[in-house]
Amino acid sequence: MNSEKLLAEKKQAILKSWFQTTVDSYPADTARFLKSQKDPFANPVGQTTYRSLDALMDALITGAGREVMATALDPILRIRSVQTFTPSAATSFVFSLKRIVRKHLPEFGRDGGLAINGLDRQIDEMAMAAFDIYVACREKIFELKATESRKQFFGSLKRAGLIDETEADGPGL
Amino acid sequence: MADELIKPDELLSKIDHRPSGAGWMDTPVDIRKGMYCYAANPKSVDTLGLPNARAWNPLEEDWKLPENWQQIIHDGFRERLDKFRSFKVYMDICVRCGACADKCHFFIGTGDPKNMPVLRAELLRSIYRNDFTTAGKILGRLGGARPMTLDVLKEWWYYLFQCTECRRCSVFCPYGIDTAEITIMGRELLNLLGLNIDWIATPVANCYRTGNHLGIQPHAFKDMLDFFVEDIEEITGIQVDPPYMEKGADILFITPSGDVFADPGTYTCMGYMLLFHYLKEKYGLRITWSTYASEGGNFGFFTSHETMKRLNSKMYAEAKRLGVKWILGGECGHMWRVISQYMDTMNGPADFLEEPVNPITGTKFENASSTKMVHISEFTADLIKHGKLELDPSRNDNKIVTFHDSCNPARGMGLLDEPRYVLENVANNFYEMPANTIREQTFCCGSGAGLNAGENMELRMAGGFPRANAVKHVHEEFGVNMLACVCAIDRAALPASMEYWVPEVDVTGLTELVANALIMPGEKERETDLRGEPLPGMEE
Ligand code: SF4
Ligand code: SF4
Repeated sequence: MNSEKLLAEKKQAILKSWFQTTVDSYPADTARFLKSQKDPFANPVGQTTYRSLDALMDALITGAGREVMATALDPILRIRSVQTFTPSAATSFVFSLKRIVRKHLPEFGRDGGLAINGLDRQIDEMAMAAFDIYVACREKIFELKATESRKQFFGSLKRAGLIDETEADGPGL
Repeated sequence: MADELIKPDELLSKIDHRPSGAGWMDTPVDIRKGMYCYAANPKSVDTLGLPNARAWNPLEEDWKLPENWQQIIHDGFRERLDKFRSFKVYMDICVRCGACADKCHFFIGTGDPKNMPVLRAELLRSIYRNDFTTAGKILGRLGGARPMTLDVLKEWWYYLFQCTECRRCSVFCPYGIDTAEITIMGRELLNLLGLNIDWIATPVANCYRTGNHLGIQPHAFKDMLDFFVEDIEEITGIQVDPPYMEKGADILFITPSGDVFADPGTYTCMGYMLLFHYLKEKYGLRITWSTYASEGGNFGFFTSHETMKRLNSKMYAEAKRLGVKWILGGECGHMWRVISQYMDTMNGPADFLEEPVNPITGTKFENASSTKMVHISEFTADLIKHGKLELDPSRNDNKIVTFHDSCNPARGMGLLDEPRYVLENVANNFYEMPANTIREQTFCCGSGAGLNAGENMELRMAGGFPRANAVKHVHEEFGVNMLACVCAIDRAALPASMEYWVPEVDVTGLTELVANALIMPGEKERETDLRGEPLPGMEE
């Protein structure tokens, strides 16, 4: 059986472990809530996390590549990058997948490591995409900090001709 | 599910998000950048005559407190327990059932258990038990009591300024405990030590001095409206002529200053001006603006009852001075909570004003019979219901709209159906968000109660996520591209939230949509909406 098939067969078990591991990066009381509340609007963090991981598993199984993984990673990282995690903690769920797959698929090591090497490479790709997205989210936050009030006030005052043009035309606006 | 859990140490080992595992009281407060707002500018604290004005930094060990600060808190606590029966009841009756625990957008979004409303309230309750109950004195920590220490005080400050006083939690409490009221009391106590945040203190000082949160002086206020007059003429061909402080006008109009100065509220402001002009031309109704009562918002509400009262009183003083019949209030959030829940006992009854009646339709606004202040959505809905506005909703056809119930109008005054009725009449594409995120159960924008600063953007984004998540859903499902609301804080806060979570969605006030649809007598063929964007079918 090829590695994709094996992975597909164990998808639900792996996904379950991965989700638990990821959610356990939150305090215990929060983790309990994130796991148990299934309504996506009452529990958007838990459900978005689950959906992101689910989509990432599919991307691994189909070998869909970095771009597809990036799309799946965006929602979960958009959340984790505003939640007071350190950068490594925000992204470490990606690496935990290596250990989880090994636990669920011990047979992966048997072909001289070929399958596991291939998978590890994909997970490394996922990690790189995750860093990029995490940094982009942080940059967005800083951009919002820097530009929010400019956009609100300078725009209207400038249109009204109440402030000096050169003052209003700051960088990036 | 607990037995399925993997052991914590098997997992992401060095994660600093995890608490020490001790009970919540033993989890030390960790003041994190991005989650708190800067300390109040001492000048602003001084302007208001509030105690202990000095420069201080929440990240530093020494908060420069008065020596007897514990006594001040204790005495202040006692005074408020005696004065506010609700506060005393809320301190006593919580059974810690947990029904509120997962209902707070800050808990849901930040994942920090101390943002569970029940724990937020326990911040004060633990001290209450220690200081004012026999059981607490005897049982101590076993009975959920603890003495006030500097660490506890810092925890109060950190978490009471991570509550937007939105009241969502109270909807789910079987006892009706309103944690927002507990936060309000806690913030009052913090203010006794000069522990306000600047995003609140400076607007309050501005409002006290110049009449509005932004500190805009009367001539600038008028300049801005004059500019809108020009813009309106360009778009509609109509020259509107807003009266200022007109003695003997029928109605005084008061709105948050954000509508006058901050995008996208400015378009809502133009909407008010068009609507009032329409009513003057068609029905002879005189609605006046005032540069004295140039602020509907009331950040005093986030400081103390006394401060709220001071700011609220000027609106009524101006109504009295001008001799109007009643007050019409614009699209604001907390202004309405102040009016509908506090004004009457604070500064009321406003018996020098008349019981509000819509002179055009004859409708009596009985809900406002004591406060004499009517919400613009009630007023507009009434006009539409009686066929008094000529509308072309197709002019909003390129806007696929959803409606965000702002916490205060929704939960603080029960304004749920009027804005929807208006929306359905001025726009053809309106889609509701899921039921557990709207009306009484609406999710806060994440930035209310004075937390709309820049430095706490992470907190705002995390707290705003449950709302944004529901917007994202209707965006994906129905192509929603416009989020309508009736609150100036929403109009200030939601654009950033949308930009981060659902960048395809823009934010609008309701009256902006009304004015887009409103067919003004004698108008030219409109080519753009109030933002200068082409109307449907008018694209190049
Ligand atoms: S009032 Fe709102 S912000 Fe405050 S604890 Fe309740 S749900 Fe949270
Ligand atoms: S729902 Fe009410 S009684 Fe239950 S824990 Fe919350 S505040 Fe206490």
